Amino acid sequence: MAKIVPLAEAIGDNVRDGDTVAMEGFTHLIPYAAGHEVIRQGRKDLFLVRMTPDILYDQLIGVGAARGMKFSWGGNPGVGSLHRFRDAVENQWPRPLEIEEHSHAAMANAYEAGAANLPFAMLRGYIGADLPKVNPNIKSVTCPFTSEVLAAVPAIRPDVTIIHAQRADRKGNVLLEGIVGVQKEAVLAAKRSIVTVEEIVDELAPPSPNSVVLPSWAVTAVSHVPGGAFPSYAHGYYPRSNAFYIGWDEIARDRDSFTAWIKENVLDAGPEDFARHAGKTPAKAA
Amino acid sequence: MTDFTPTEMMTIAASRELSNDDVCFVGIGAPSAACNVARLTHAPDITLIYESGTVGTKPDVLPLSIGDGELCDTALFTVSVPEMFRYWLQGGRITTGFLGGAQIDRFANLNTTVVGPYDHPKVRLPGGGGAPEIASNCGRIFITMALSKRGFVEKLPFITSMGHGEGGDHRERLGMKTKGPTRVITDLCILEPDAVSKELTVVSIHHGVTREQIVENCGWPIKFASRVIETPVPSEVELATLRDINARTRKAHQASREAA
Repeated sequence: MAKIVPLAEAIGDNVRDGDTVAMEGFTHLIPYAAGHEVIRQGRKDLFLVRMTPDILYDQLIGVGAARGMKFSWGGNPGVGSLHRFRDAVENQWPRPLEIEEHSHAAMANAYEAGAANLPFAMLRGYIGADLPKVNPNIKSVTCPFTSEVLAAVPAIRPDVTIIHAQRADRKGNVLLEGIVGVQKEAVLAAKRSIVTVEEIVDELAPPSPNSVVLPSWAVTAVSHVPGGAFPSYAHGYYPRSNAFYIGWDEIARDRDSFTAWIKENVLDAGPEDFARHAGKTPAKAA
Repeated sequence: MTDFTPTEMMTIAASRELSNDDVCFVGIGAPSAACNVARLTHAPDITLIYESGTVGTKPDVLPLSIGDGELCDTALFTVSVPEMFRYWLQGGRITTGFLGGAQIDRFANLNTTVVGPYDHPKVRLPGGGGAPEIASNCGRIFITMALSKRGFVEKLPFITSMGHGEGGDHRERLGMKTKGPTRVITDLCILEPDAVSKELTVVSIHHGVTREQIVENCGWPIKFASRVIETPVPSEVELATLRDINARTRKAHQASREAA
Protein backbone atom coordinates (compact mmCIF):
# COMPACT_ATOMS: atom_id res chain seq x y z
CA MET A 1 0.00 0.00 0.00
CA ALA A 2 1.21 3.49 -0.80
CA LYS A 3 2.35 5.55 2.15
CA ILE A 4 0.98 9.08 2.16
CA VAL A 5 3.93 11.12 3.36
CA PRO A 6 5.45 14.59 3.00
CA LEU A 7 7.48 14.99 -0.20
CA ALA A 8 10.85 15.25 1.58
CA GLU A 9 10.22 11.89 3.23
CA ALA A 10 9.04 10.25 -0.02
CA ILE A 11 12.19 11.35 -1.84
CA GLY A 12 14.46 10.60 1.13
CA ASP A 13 13.11 7.06 1.46
CA ASN A 14 12.99 6.15 -2.21
CA VAL A 15 15.61 7.97 -4.26
CA ARG A 16 19.20 6.90 -3.70
CA ASP A 17 22.51 8.06 -5.13
CA GLY A 18 23.26 6.22 -8.36
CA ASP A 19 19.63 5.23 -9.00
CA THR A 20 18.05 5.01 -12.41
CA VAL A 21 15.22 7.50 -12.08
CA ALA A 22 12.35 8.22 -14.46
CA MET A 23 10.42 11.47 -13.87
CA GLU A 24 7.81 11.19 -16.58
CA GLY A 25 5.19 13.50 -18.02
CA PHE A 26 4.65 14.17 -21.71
CA THR A 27 4.49 17.99 -21.47
CA HIS A 28 1.64 17.55 -18.96
CA LEU A 29 1.88 16.65 -15.24
CA ILE A 30 5.66 16.96 -15.03
CA PRO A 31 6.78 16.36 -11.42
CA TYR A 32 8.71 19.61 -10.94
CA ALA A 33 8.29 19.86 -7.16
CA ALA A 34 9.56 16.32 -6.69
CA GLY A 35 12.51 16.94 -8.99
CA HIS A 36 13.40 20.04 -7.00
CA GLU A 37 13.29 18.00 -3.80
CA VAL A 38 15.77 15.55 -5.37
CA ILE A 39 18.09 18.50 -6.06
CA ARG A 40 17.61 19.90 -2.54
CA GLN A 41 18.49 16.56 -0.97
CA GLY A 42 21.71 16.53 -2.98
CA ARG A 43 21.17 13.21 -4.76
CA LYS A 44 24.00 12.44 -7.15
CA ASP A 45 25.15 10.11 -9.91
CA LEU A 46 21.58 9.57 -11.06
CA PHE A 47 20.87 7.94 -14.39
CA LEU A 48 17.87 9.90 -15.65
CA VAL A 49 15.30 8.41 -17.99
CA ARG A 50 12.61 10.35 -19.79
CA MET A 51 11.14 10.55 -23.28
CA THR A 52 11.03 14.34 -23.34
CA PRO A 53 13.54 15.75 -20.87
CA ASP A 54 12.63 19.40 -20.71
CA ILE A 55 13.33 22.10 -18.14
CA LEU A 56 13.25 19.80 -15.10
CA TYR A 57 16.03 17.59 -16.45
CA ASP A 58 17.90 20.70 -17.63
CA GLN A 59 17.89 21.71 -13.96
CA LEU A 60 19.02 18.29 -12.68
CA ILE A 61 21.79 18.15 -15.29
CA GLY A 62 22.84 21.75 -14.61
CA VAL A 63 23.34 21.11 -10.88
CA GLY A 64 25.43 18.02 -11.66
CA ALA A 65 23.00 15.46 -10.21
CA ALA A 66 23.08 13.21 -13.26
CA ARG A 67 25.77 10.87 -14.57
CA GLY A 68 23.72 9.93 -17.60
CA MET A 69 20.45 10.27 -19.42
CA LYS A 70 18.32 8.03 -21.61
CA PHE A 71 15.91 10.06 -23.74
CA SER A 72 14.30 10.60 -27.10
CA TRP A 73 13.81 14.37 -27.39
CA GLY A 74 15.78 16.86 -25.31
CA GLY A 75 14.58 20.38 -25.96
CA ASN A 76 12.50 23.23 -24.63
CA PRO A 77 9.28 22.56 -26.56
CA GLY A 78 8.47 25.28 -29.07
CA VAL A 79 11.31 27.44 -27.70
CA GLY A 80 14.61 25.79 -28.59
CA SER A 81 17.57 24.20 -26.88
CA LEU A 82 18.06 23.05 -23.32
CA HIS A 83 21.17 25.06 -22.57
CA ARG A 84 22.29 23.13 -19.49
CA PHE A 85 21.91 19.82 -21.36
CA ARG A 86 23.87 21.27 -24.27
CA ASP A 87 26.59 22.61 -21.99
CA ALA A 88 26.97 19.15 -20.42
CA VAL A 89 27.16 17.36 -23.80
CA GLU A 90 29.21 19.97 -25.64
CA ASN A 91 31.51 21.18 -22.82
CA GLN A 92 31.14 18.54 -20.06
CA TRP A 93 29.91 21.21 -17.63
CA PRO A 94 29.43 20.72 -14.73
CA ARG A 95 30.34 17.10 -15.44
CA PRO A 96 30.28 14.74 -18.44
CA LEU A 97 26.88 13.25 -19.25
CA GLU A 98 26.62 9.77 -20.71
CA ILE A 99 23.72 9.71 -23.14
CA GLU A 100 21.61 6.86 -24.48
CA GLU A 101 19.42 8.21 -27.22
CA HIS A 102 16.32 6.61 -28.72
CA SER A 103 13.21 7.54 -30.67
CA HIS A 104 9.86 8.19 -28.97
CA ALA A 105 8.41 4.99 -30.37
CA ALA A 106 11.29 2.96 -28.93
CA MET A 107 11.09 4.62 -25.49
CA ALA A 108 7.31 4.15 -25.32
CA ASN A 109 7.67 0.50 -26.29
CA ALA A 110 10.53 0.05 -23.79
CA TYR A 111 8.43 1.38 -20.91
CA GLU A 112 5.55 -0.86 -21.94
CA ALA A 113 7.93 -3.84 -22.01
CA GLY A 114 9.12 -2.89 -18.54
CA ALA A 115 5.56 -2.72 -17.24
CA ALA A 116 4.86 -6.09 -18.87
CA ASN A 117 7.91 -7.63 -17.18
CA LEU A 118 9.54 -8.43 -20.53
CA PRO A 119 13.30 -8.10 -21.12
CA PHE A 120 13.04 -6.09 -24.31
CA ALA A 121 10.67 -4.30 -26.67
CA MET A 122 10.41 -4.65 -30.41
CA LEU A 123 9.12 -2.25 -32.98
CA ARG A 124 9.21 -1.50 -36.67
CA GLY A 125 11.57 1.37 -36.15
CA TYR A 126 14.84 3.16 -36.82
CA ILE A 127 14.73 2.14 -40.50
CA GLY A 128 17.46 4.03 -42.34
CA ALA A 129 18.21 6.19 -39.29
CA ASP A 130 21.68 6.75 -37.80
CA LEU A 131 20.83 6.21 -34.11
CA PRO A 132 21.51 2.45 -34.22
CA LYS A 133 25.08 3.31 -35.32
CA VAL A 134 25.75 5.31 -32.15
CA ASN A 135 23.58 3.50 -29.60
CA PRO A 136 24.64 -0.13 -28.95
CA ASN A 137 21.35 -0.68 -27.10
CA ILE A 138 19.47 -0.60 -30.40
CA LYS A 139 19.64 -4.08 -31.86
CA SER A 140 17.39 -6.21 -34.03
CA VAL A 141 15.37 -9.42 -33.77
CA THR A 142 14.02 -11.61 -36.52
CA CYS A 143 10.38 -12.60 -36.32
CA PRO A 144 10.24 -16.42 -35.94
CA PHE A 145 7.04 -16.54 -37.99
CA THR A 146 7.60 -14.11 -40.89
CA SER A 147 11.38 -13.53 -40.78
CA GLU A 148 10.80 -9.77 -40.69
CA VAL A 149 13.71 -8.00 -39.01
CA LEU A 150 12.50 -5.62 -36.29
CA ALA A 151 14.26 -3.18 -33.99
CA ALA A 152 14.82 -4.29 -30.40
CA VAL A 153 15.60 -2.17 -27.36
CA PRO A 154 16.00 -3.16 -23.70
CA ALA A 155 13.00 -2.75 -21.42
CA ILE A 156 13.13 0.29 -19.14
CA ARG A 157 13.19 -0.79 -15.48
CA PRO A 158 13.79 2.29 -13.31
CA ASP A 159 14.80 1.94 -9.69
CA VAL A 160 12.24 4.64 -9.05
CA THR A 161 9.65 6.42 -11.16
CA ILE A 162 8.29 9.80 -10.10
CA ILE A 163 5.10 11.28 -11.57
CA HIS A 164 2.55 13.96 -10.76
CA ALA A 165 -1.21 13.28 -10.90
CA GLN A 166 -4.47 15.13 -10.33
CA ARG A 167 -5.60 13.38 -7.17
CA ALA A 168 -5.36 10.48 -4.78
CA ASP A 169 -7.78 9.17 -2.19
CA ARG A 170 -6.82 8.64 1.43
CA LYS A 171 -5.78 5.05 0.74
CA GLY A 172 -3.32 6.24 -1.90
CA ASN A 173 -5.20 5.24 -5.04
CA VAL A 174 -4.18 7.67 -7.79
CA LEU A 175 -6.12 9.14 -10.72
CA LEU A 176 -4.59 10.84 -13.72
CA GLU A 177 -6.30 12.21 -16.81
CA GLY A 178 -5.75 14.36 -19.87
CA ILE A 179 -2.55 13.73 -21.75
CA VAL A 180 -1.48 10.68 -19.75
CA GLY A 181 1.73 10.09 -21.68
CA VAL A 182 3.68 7.09 -20.53
CA GLN A 183 3.25 7.56 -16.78
CA LYS A 184 1.23 4.43 -16.04
CA GLU A 185 3.80 2.29 -17.84
CA ALA A 186 6.69 4.10 -16.14
CA VAL A 187 5.23 3.46 -12.66
CA LEU A 188 4.47 -0.19 -13.37
CA ALA A 189 7.97 -0.72 -14.85
CA ALA A 190 9.72 0.62 -11.74
CA LYS A 191 10.82 -1.03 -8.49
CA ARG A 192 9.55 1.96 -6.48
CA SER A 193 7.29 4.87 -7.36
CA ILE A 194 6.43 8.28 -6.00
CA VAL A 195 3.32 10.19 -7.04
CA THR A 196 2.75 13.83 -6.12
CA VAL A 197 -0.87 14.97 -6.40
CA GLU A 198 -2.85 18.19 -6.58
CA GLU A 199 -5.44 16.97 -4.11
CA ILE A 200 -6.08 14.20 -1.62
CA VAL A 201 -9.80 13.46 -1.52
CA ASP A 202 -12.20 11.21 0.38
CA GLU A 203 -13.58 9.62 -2.77
CA LEU A 204 -11.40 9.17 -5.86
CA ALA A 205 -14.54 9.24 -8.07
CA PRO A 206 -12.94 8.23 -11.37
CA PRO A 207 -14.90 9.95 -14.16
CA SER A 208 -15.16 6.76 -16.23
CA PRO A 209 -14.85 3.02 -15.57
CA ASN A 210 -11.91 3.21 -17.96
CA SER A 211 -10.12 6.03 -16.20
CA VAL A 212 -6.39 5.77 -15.66
CA VAL A 213 -6.09 4.71 -12.02
CA LEU A 214 -2.96 3.50 -10.29
CA PRO A 215 -4.05 1.45 -7.28
CA SER A 216 -2.44 2.11 -3.93
CA TRP A 217 -0.82 -1.35 -3.96
CA ALA A 218 1.10 -0.46 -7.16
CA VAL A 219 2.52 2.80 -5.78
CA THR A 220 5.18 3.23 -3.08
CA ALA A 221 4.55 6.77 -1.85
CA VAL A 222 2.03 9.55 -2.43
CA SER A 223 2.70 13.19 -1.49
CA HIS A 224 0.26 16.07 -1.51
CA VAL A 225 1.96 18.90 -3.43
CA PRO A 226 -0.57 21.33 -4.94
CA GLY A 227 0.89 23.18 -7.92
CA GLY A 228 3.67 20.58 -8.05
CA ALA A 229 3.62 20.33 -11.85
CA PHE A 230 4.24 24.05 -12.47
CA PRO A 231 5.37 25.36 -14.98
CA SER A 232 3.87 22.38 -16.81
CA TYR A 233 0.20 21.91 -16.10
CA ALA A 234 -2.43 19.82 -14.42
CA HIS A 235 -5.47 19.28 -16.63
CA GLY A 236 -8.53 20.56 -14.79
CA TYR A 237 -6.43 22.58 -12.31
CA TYR A 238 -4.06 25.08 -13.93
CA PRO A 239 -2.67 25.77 -17.41
CA ARG A 240 0.84 25.37 -18.71
CA SER A 241 2.92 28.48 -18.20
CA ASN A 242 4.19 28.87 -21.73
CA ALA A 243 5.65 32.18 -20.58
CA PHE A 244 7.87 30.38 -18.06
CA TYR A 245 9.11 27.98 -20.74
CA ILE A 246 9.92 30.95 -22.98
CA GLY A 247 11.61 32.79 -20.10
CA TRP A 248 13.71 29.74 -19.13
CA ASP A 249 15.73 30.13 -22.31
CA GLU A 250 17.44 33.24 -20.97
CA ILE A 251 17.86 31.95 -17.42
CA ALA A 252 19.51 28.71 -18.53
CA ARG A 253 21.69 30.18 -21.26
CA ASP A 254 24.21 31.48 -18.73
CA ARG A 255 25.84 29.33 -16.00
CA ASP A 256 25.72 32.09 -13.38
CA SER A 257 22.10 33.11 -13.95
CA PHE A 258 21.15 29.41 -13.88
CA THR A 259 22.99 28.83 -10.61
CA ALA A 260 21.40 31.91 -9.04
CA TRP A 261 17.95 30.76 -10.15
CA ILE A 262 18.49 27.29 -8.62
CA LYS A 263 19.61 28.81 -5.32
CA GLU A 264 16.64 31.13 -5.06
CA ASN A 265 13.93 28.83 -6.42
CA VAL A 266 15.10 25.36 -5.43
CA LEU A 267 17.75 25.30 -2.69
CA ASP A 268 16.19 28.12 -0.66
CA ALA A 269 12.62 27.06 -1.41
CA GLY A 270 10.34 24.15 -0.57
CA PRO A 271 7.47 22.10 -1.96
CA GLU A 272 4.96 24.46 -0.36
CA ASP A 273 6.14 27.25 -2.68
CA PHE A 274 4.42 25.47 -5.56
CA ALA A 275 1.01 26.02 -3.93
CA ARG A 276 0.75 29.55 -5.31
CA HIS A 277 0.50 28.05 -8.80
CA ALA A 278 -2.28 25.65 -7.82
CA GLY A 279 -5.84 26.29 -8.81
CA LYS A 280 -8.86 24.57 -10.10
CA THR A 281 -9.65 26.15 -13.40
CA PRO A 282 -10.19 24.66 -16.84
CA ALA A 283 -6.75 23.62 -18.07
CA LYS A 284 -6.87 25.67 -21.25
CA ALA A 285 -3.30 26.25 -22.34
CA ALA A 286 -2.25 29.83 -22.74
CA MET B 1 -3.29 39.22 -52.46
CA THR B 2 0.37 40.04 -53.10
CA ASP B 3 1.11 41.64 -49.74
CA PHE B 4 2.42 38.65 -47.79
CA THR B 5 5.67 37.46 -46.23
CA PRO B 6 7.70 34.46 -47.46
CA THR B 7 6.85 32.64 -44.22
CA GLU B 8 3.14 33.25 -44.75
CA MET B 9 3.45 31.93 -48.29
CA MET B 10 5.26 28.85 -46.98
CA THR B 11 2.61 28.08 -44.37
CA ILE B 12 -0.28 28.61 -46.79
CA ALA B 13 1.36 26.57 -49.56
CA ALA B 14 1.91 23.80 -47.01
CA SER B 15 -1.71 23.97 -45.86
CA ARG B 16 -2.93 23.43 -49.43
CA GLU B 17 -1.28 20.00 -49.54
CA LEU B 18 -3.82 18.68 -47.03
CA SER B 19 -7.39 17.56 -47.60
CA ASN B 20 -10.44 16.47 -45.58
CA ASP B 21 -9.48 12.82 -45.98
CA ASP B 22 -6.11 13.20 -44.34
CA VAL B 23 -5.27 11.70 -40.98
CA CYS B 24 -2.26 13.82 -40.23
CA PHE B 25 0.50 13.43 -37.64
CA VAL B 26 1.48 17.02 -36.90
CA GLY B 27 4.93 18.28 -35.92
CA ILE B 28 5.21 21.39 -33.79
CA GLY B 29 6.01 24.83 -35.24
CA ALA B 30 5.55 25.47 -38.97
CA PRO B 31 3.76 22.14 -39.63
CA SER B 32 1.27 22.86 -36.84
CA ALA B 33 0.42 26.28 -38.31
CA ALA B 34 -0.05 24.81 -41.79
CA CYS B 35 -2.24 21.95 -40.60
CA ASN B 36 -4.51 24.26 -38.65
CA VAL B 37 -4.84 26.73 -41.52
CA ALA B 38 -5.94 23.78 -43.67
CA ARG B 39 -8.50 22.79 -41.03
CA LEU B 40 -9.83 26.34 -40.80
CA THR B 41 -10.09 26.83 -44.58
CA HIS B 42 -10.53 24.04 -47.12
CA ALA B 43 -10.23 20.92 -44.94
CA PRO B 44 -12.59 21.30 -41.96
CA ASP B 45 -12.88 17.53 -41.45
CA ILE B 46 -9.16 16.75 -41.46
CA THR B 47 -8.01 14.62 -38.51
CA LEU B 48 -5.04 16.22 -36.76
CA ILE B 49 -3.03 14.04 -34.40
CA TYR B 50 -0.21 15.22 -32.12
CA GLU B 51 2.22 12.69 -30.71
CA SER B 52 1.19 13.52 -27.14
CA GLY B 53 -1.82 11.30 -27.86
CA THR B 54 -4.47 13.83 -28.89
CA VAL B 55 -6.57 12.59 -31.82
CA GLY B 56 -8.88 14.79 -33.89
CA THR B 57 -7.81 17.96 -32.12
CA LYS B 58 -9.09 21.41 -33.14
CA PRO B 59 -6.97 23.97 -31.29
CA ASP B 60 -8.18 27.57 -31.28
CA VAL B 61 -4.65 28.84 -30.68
CA LEU B 62 -1.46 27.18 -31.87
CA PRO B 63 0.21 25.11 -29.16
CA LEU B 64 3.71 26.03 -28.02
CA SER B 65 4.44 22.42 -27.09
CA ILE B 66 3.29 19.14 -28.52
CA GLY B 67 1.15 18.57 -25.42
CA ASP B 68 -0.49 21.89 -24.55
CA GLY B 69 -3.82 21.47 -22.73
CA GLU B 70 -5.56 23.14 -25.67
CA LEU B 71 -4.86 20.04 -27.78
CA CYS B 72 -6.43 17.67 -25.26
CA ASP B 73 -9.37 19.99 -24.50
CA THR B 74 -10.36 20.14 -28.18
CA ALA B 75 -9.54 16.52 -29.18
CA LEU B 76 -12.08 13.84 -30.04
CA PHE B 77 -10.13 11.58 -27.70
CA THR B 78 -6.70 11.28 -26.10
CA VAL B 79 -4.67 8.10 -25.82
CA SER B 80 -1.48 7.15 -24.02
CA VAL B 81 1.82 7.66 -25.80
CA PRO B 82 2.54 3.91 -26.22
CA GLU B 83 -0.90 3.46 -27.80
CA MET B 84 -0.26 6.43 -30.09
CA PHE B 85 3.00 5.03 -31.43
CA ARG B 86 2.00 1.35 -31.50
CA TYR B 87 -1.61 1.18 -32.66
CA TRP B 88 -2.11 4.40 -34.58
CA LEU B 89 1.31 5.14 -36.09
CA GLN B 90 2.92 1.71 -36.42
CA GLY B 91 -0.53 0.27 -37.10
CA GLY B 92 -0.56 2.18 -40.36
CA ARG B 93 -3.56 4.40 -39.61
CA ILE B 94 -1.85 7.72 -40.40
CA THR B 95 -2.00 8.89 -44.01
CA THR B 96 0.29 11.89 -43.72
CA GLY B 97 3.13 12.98 -41.48
CA PHE B 98 4.05 16.65 -41.44
CA LEU B 99 7.60 17.32 -40.30
CA GLY B 100 10.04 20.17 -39.95
CA GLY B 101 13.75 19.85 -39.33
CA ALA B 102 16.99 21.67 -38.73
CA GLN B 103 18.73 20.25 -41.78
CA ILE B 104 17.70 18.37 -44.90
CA ASP B 105 19.65 16.86 -47.78
CA ARG B 106 18.77 16.39 -51.45
CA PHE B 107 17.04 13.07 -50.74
CA ALA B 108 14.88 14.61 -48.00
CA ASN B 109 16.67 12.89 -45.15
CA LEU B 110 16.40 15.03 -41.99
CA ASN B 111 18.78 15.88 -39.17
CA THR B 112 17.58 17.20 -35.81
CA THR B 113 20.23 15.43 -33.70
CA VAL B 114 23.72 16.99 -33.88
CA VAL B 115 25.92 19.30 -35.89
CA GLY B 116 29.44 17.88 -35.91
CA PRO B 117 30.47 14.42 -34.68
CA TYR B 118 27.89 12.61 -32.52
CA ASP B 119 30.29 12.02 -29.61
CA HIS B 120 31.71 15.56 -29.62
CA PRO B 121 29.02 17.69 -31.22
CA LYS B 122 29.52 21.30 -32.12
CA VAL B 123 25.81 21.82 -31.57
CA ARG B 124 23.67 19.36 -29.71
CA LEU B 125 20.11 19.58 -31.14
CA PRO B 126 17.03 18.15 -29.36
CA GLY B 127 17.02 14.81 -31.21
CA GLY B 128 14.52 12.84 -33.20
CA GLY B 129 11.52 12.48 -30.92
CA GLY B 130 8.85 10.76 -32.98
CA ALA B 131 10.41 11.55 -36.36
CA PRO B 132 12.27 8.29 -37.17
CA GLU B 133 9.07 6.23 -37.05
CA ILE B 134 6.78 8.99 -38.36
CA ALA B 135 9.03 9.09 -41.44
CA SER B 136 8.75 5.36 -42.06
CA ASN B 137 5.20 4.57 -40.90
CA CYS B 138 3.03 7.39 -42.29
CA GLY B 139 1.63 6.87 -45.79
CA ARG B 140 3.51 9.91 -47.05
CA ILE B 141 5.51 12.77 -45.59
CA PHE B 142 5.35 16.50 -46.15
CA ILE B 143 8.22 18.63 -44.91
CA THR B 144 8.13 22.36 -44.39
CA MET B 145 11.18 24.50 -43.62
CA ALA B 146 12.69 27.74 -44.87
CA LEU B 147 15.22 27.42 -47.70
CA SER B 148 18.72 28.35 -46.52
CA LYS B 149 22.29 27.19 -47.05
CA ARG B 150 22.52 26.20 -43.37
CA GLY B 151 19.38 24.11 -43.58
CA PHE B 152 19.62 22.58 -47.06
CA VAL B 153 23.01 20.91 -46.97
CA GLU B 154 25.15 18.80 -49.30
CA LYS B 155 25.78 16.18 -46.62
CA LEU B 156 24.01 15.67 -43.30
CA PRO B 157 26.23 15.11 -40.25
CA PHE B 158 23.56 12.72 -38.92
CA ILE B 159 20.45 11.11 -40.39
CA THR B 160 17.77 11.42 -37.72
CA SER B 161 14.96 10.25 -39.98
CA MET B 162 15.22 8.71 -43.39
CA GLY B 163 13.61 10.27 -46.41
CA HIS B 164 14.77 8.64 -49.62
CA GLY B 165 18.13 7.57 -48.14
CA GLU B 166 20.66 7.34 -50.95
CA GLY B 167 17.92 7.96 -53.53
CA GLY B 168 16.37 5.69 -56.13
CA ASP B 169 14.64 2.65 -54.64
CA HIS B 170 16.46 2.78 -51.29
CA ARG B 171 13.22 2.79 -49.27
CA GLU B 172 11.90 -0.29 -51.07
CA ARG B 173 15.23 -2.02 -50.57
CA LEU B 174 14.86 -1.53 -46.82
CA GLY B 175 11.39 -3.03 -46.94
CA MET B 176 9.40 0.17 -46.52
CA LYS B 177 6.02 0.25 -48.23
CA THR B 178 5.24 3.90 -47.50
CA LYS B 179 6.00 6.72 -49.92
CA GLY B 180 8.29 8.84 -47.75
CA PRO B 181 8.65 12.56 -48.43
CA THR B 182 6.51 13.60 -51.41
CA ARG B 183 6.61 17.40 -51.07
CA VAL B 184 8.97 19.86 -49.39
CA ILE B 185 7.42 23.30 -48.96
CA THR B 186 9.84 26.17 -48.38
CA ASP B 187 9.46 29.93 -48.15
CA LEU B 188 10.72 30.35 -51.74
CA CYS B 189 9.50 27.30 -53.63
CA ILE B 190 8.06 23.80 -53.50
CA LEU B 191 10.22 20.73 -54.13
CA GLU B 192 9.30 17.19 -55.14
CA PRO B 193 11.50 14.12 -55.37
CA ASP B 194 12.31 13.17 -58.95
CA ALA B 195 10.27 10.11 -59.95
CA VAL B 196 13.38 7.95 -60.51
CA SER B 197 16.39 9.44 -58.71
CA LYS B 198 14.28 10.81 -55.79
CA GLU B 199 16.44 13.93 -55.72
CA LEU B 200 14.47 16.97 -54.57
CA THR B 201 13.61 19.14 -57.56
CA VAL B 202 11.92 22.54 -57.76
CA VAL B 203 8.39 22.19 -59.18
CA SER B 204 6.78 25.47 -58.11
CA ILE B 205 8.24 28.90 -57.41
CA HIS B 206 6.49 31.40 -55.15
CA HIS B 207 5.37 34.76 -56.58
CA GLY B 208 8.20 37.28 -56.88
CA VAL B 209 11.00 34.73 -56.27
CA THR B 210 13.76 34.20 -58.85
CA ARG B 211 15.59 30.99 -59.74
CA GLU B 212 18.84 32.69 -58.70
CA GLN B 213 17.49 33.26 -55.18
CA ILE B 214 16.64 29.58 -54.90
CA VAL B 215 20.07 28.48 -56.15
CA GLU B 216 21.82 30.90 -53.79
CA ASN B 217 19.91 29.64 -50.75
CA CYS B 218 20.45 25.93 -51.30
CA GLY B 219 23.58 24.09 -50.13
CA TRP B 220 23.66 21.73 -53.12
CA PRO B 221 23.34 22.50 -56.86
CA ILE B 222 19.56 22.39 -56.90
CA LYS B 223 17.71 21.10 -59.95
CA PHE B 224 14.55 22.47 -61.52
CA ALA B 225 11.86 20.28 -63.06
CA SER B 226 11.29 20.60 -66.79
CA ARG B 227 7.93 22.21 -66.04
CA VAL B 228 7.95 24.71 -63.17
CA ILE B 229 4.80 26.61 -62.23
CA GLU B 230 4.27 29.71 -60.11
CA THR B 231 2.72 28.95 -56.73
CA PRO B 232 -0.69 30.65 -56.57
CA VAL B 233 -0.51 33.62 -54.20
CA PRO B 234 -2.42 33.38 -50.91
CA SER B 235 -6.13 34.13 -51.12
CA GLU B 236 -7.66 36.72 -48.81
CA VAL B 237 -9.33 33.95 -46.83
CA GLU B 238 -6.10 31.98 -46.42
CA LEU B 239 -4.10 34.98 -45.34
CA ALA B 240 -6.80 36.25 -42.94
CA THR B 241 -7.10 32.78 -41.39
CA LEU B 242 -3.36 32.49 -40.84
CA ARG B 243 -3.02 35.99 -39.44
CA ASP B 244 -6.01 35.48 -37.14
CA ILE B 245 -4.68 32.27 -35.63
CA ASN B 246 -1.22 33.82 -35.23
CA ALA B 247 -2.76 36.86 -33.51
CA ARG B 248 -4.86 34.65 -31.19
CA THR B 249 -1.76 32.62 -30.38
CA ARG B 250 0.34 35.71 -29.59
CA LYS B 251 -2.41 37.13 -27.41
CA ALA B 252 -2.81 33.88 -25.50
CA HIS B 253 0.93 33.59 -24.89
CA GLN B 254 1.02 37.22 -23.76
CA ALA B 255 -1.80 36.58 -21.28
CA SER B 256 0.10 33.62 -19.90
CA ARG B 257 3.20 35.81 -19.51
CA GLU B 258 1.30 38.40 -17.51
CA ALA B 259 -0.24 35.71 -15.29
CA ALA B 260 3.11 34.06 -14.60
